Amino acid sequence: MTFNSDTRFHRQLFVFNGLLPAVLILIDYWRGKLGANPVEFVTRATGVLTLVFLILTLLVTPLRKIYGWNWLLKQRRLLGLYAFFYGLAHLLTYLAYDRDWQLQTVVGDVRQRPFIAIGMFSFLLMVPLAVTSTNAMIKKLGGPRWAQLHRLTYYIAIGGVLHYWAIVKSDVRYPFFFAVVLALLLGYRVVMSIKKARGAAPRAS
Amino acid sequence: MKERSPIPSSEVTPEETFFNRRFFMKSAIWAGSTLATAGLYRTFSPRPEVRNTGAAIATVAEPSLETTLAADEKVNSFTDIAGYNNYYEFSTDKSEVAAKAKDFVTDPWSVQVGGLVQKPRTFDLADLLKFESVERTYRFRCVEGWSMVIPWVGFPLSKLLTMVEPLSAATHVAFETYYDIKQMPDSRHAGIDLPYVEGLRLDEAMHPLTLLATGLYGKTLPNQNGAPVRLVVPWKYGFKSIKSVVKITLMDREPPTTWSLANPGEYGFYSNVNPTVDHPRWSQAHERRIGEMGSRRTLMFNGYAEQVAHLYTGMDLSADF
Repeated sequence: MTFNSDTRFHRQLFVFNGLLPAVLILIDYWRGKLGANPVEFVTRATGVLTLVFLILTLLVTPLRKIYGWNWLLKQRRLLGLYAFFYGLAHLLTYLAYDRDWQLQTVVGDVRQRPFIAIGMFSFLLMVPLAVTSTNAMIKKLGGPRWAQLHRLTYYIAIGGVLHYWAIVKSDVRYPFFFAVVLALLLGYRVVMSIKKARGAAPRAS
Repeated sequence: MKERSPIPSSEVTPEETFFNRRFFMKSAIWAGSTLATAGLYRTFSPRPEVRNTGAAIATVAEPSLETTLAADEKVNSFTDIAGYNNYYEFSTDKSEVAAKAKDFVTDPWSVQVGGLVQKPRTFDLADLLKFESVERTYRFRCVEGWSMVIPWVGFPLSKLLTMVEPLSAATHVAFETYYDIKQMPDSRHAGIDLPYVEGLRLDEAMHPLTLLATGLYGKTLPNQNGAPVRLVVPWKYGFKSIKSVVKITLMDREPPTTWSLANPGEYGFYSNVNPTVDHPRWSQAHERRIGEMGSRRTLMFNGYAEQVAHLYTGMDLSADF
């Protein structure tokens, strides 16, 4: 068995490394090592991790096309679920510590602050994707429809980056980094689809 | 039918070696990926504790003139105060400022006091330390929504201003922070124009609560907290309390201030702590006290309304925010 076909190994590796940041945050919390403002740190860390996993999900296609790493495809849904997992943790941190579980105040917050609205909307878009991430759901929906639904990831990632950019006070280096990476990943898809359309179109006479 | 192996059996890796090699490879990938993930997390997670290495400052006792803290309010630890700083000249990451400001040179130092004054004068560090120091434990409320309780050491700014004798035309005071890109290379990423400038109305500057702080927790200020001398205006958002002051200028008009230059819709000249006037991007009604998990109600003028509210009678504080 070669590395490329050792799916079980890939799965273990991805499950472990995806969970590791959450475990480290919990250990640091337990040791009181999350710095002066643990709530702020956890909020930011879970938010950034959501973006990281969204980006990793979107990296799979280019890596397959360019390097032929087709084995990655089998781990893509796991990466997406991790994005959902950290997004949910991010949302729960906000509800628990920013809103003190006063859920009726969330509506006002969403209305008043566009960046909260963008974040909330992006998270809500992740819910149907997480729900339909099982094999049974792929069968039920049918491959093409499932794939079409899961293209929502593009909009979720754009929303996530905008959400991050809007909260920063003045130093935009980190959101800028995510914006550039996302632009490259989406740009790659645009270029490929143009190429495909040209290749498939009958030659003009 | 017998198939012929394309590889001579002599070149086939023995099963044992093959599995050993695979085992080795897998272990290496496990170790490498774990180190990479944990390392990345560590890079972005908060730094360890900071120690108080300042020199002791003698203080004299004074009759308490500020509201004492509520019974449930505790003074924050030195690690919290000196390990969580907004000082954009060094870093925009609050937990990184202490390390980045470690080698900042604060001695020799001089503060130029001039403008509309009778006796302009430059104070060096020794001059500043000659002022009779007092300890003042104030609430400190950051515009970002967190707060601390800090035991400052310093002297009322009014003492210094009285010495230089402001002219009757003077209505405002402008302050400027030291700026040197060589000592502050990360300031390129600050996203605000530097040097950092701040300002107060003269009556605010002369108010007995307004402090020039030279220390905290009984010792000289750590670099990250604005060594060697900074302003402390406890009823205003933290960014008004300008750090590492090198220039104080008396003026006859409102001076420009860094954050309102950067974003006039979000930060005003006054920037008084006010739970009823929200920041456009977040509420100011509550605050997270560092060291606590829950949130506290933000108090009008940060709990100093009794002492300072009279400065703003007749003003619309949501217009002059």
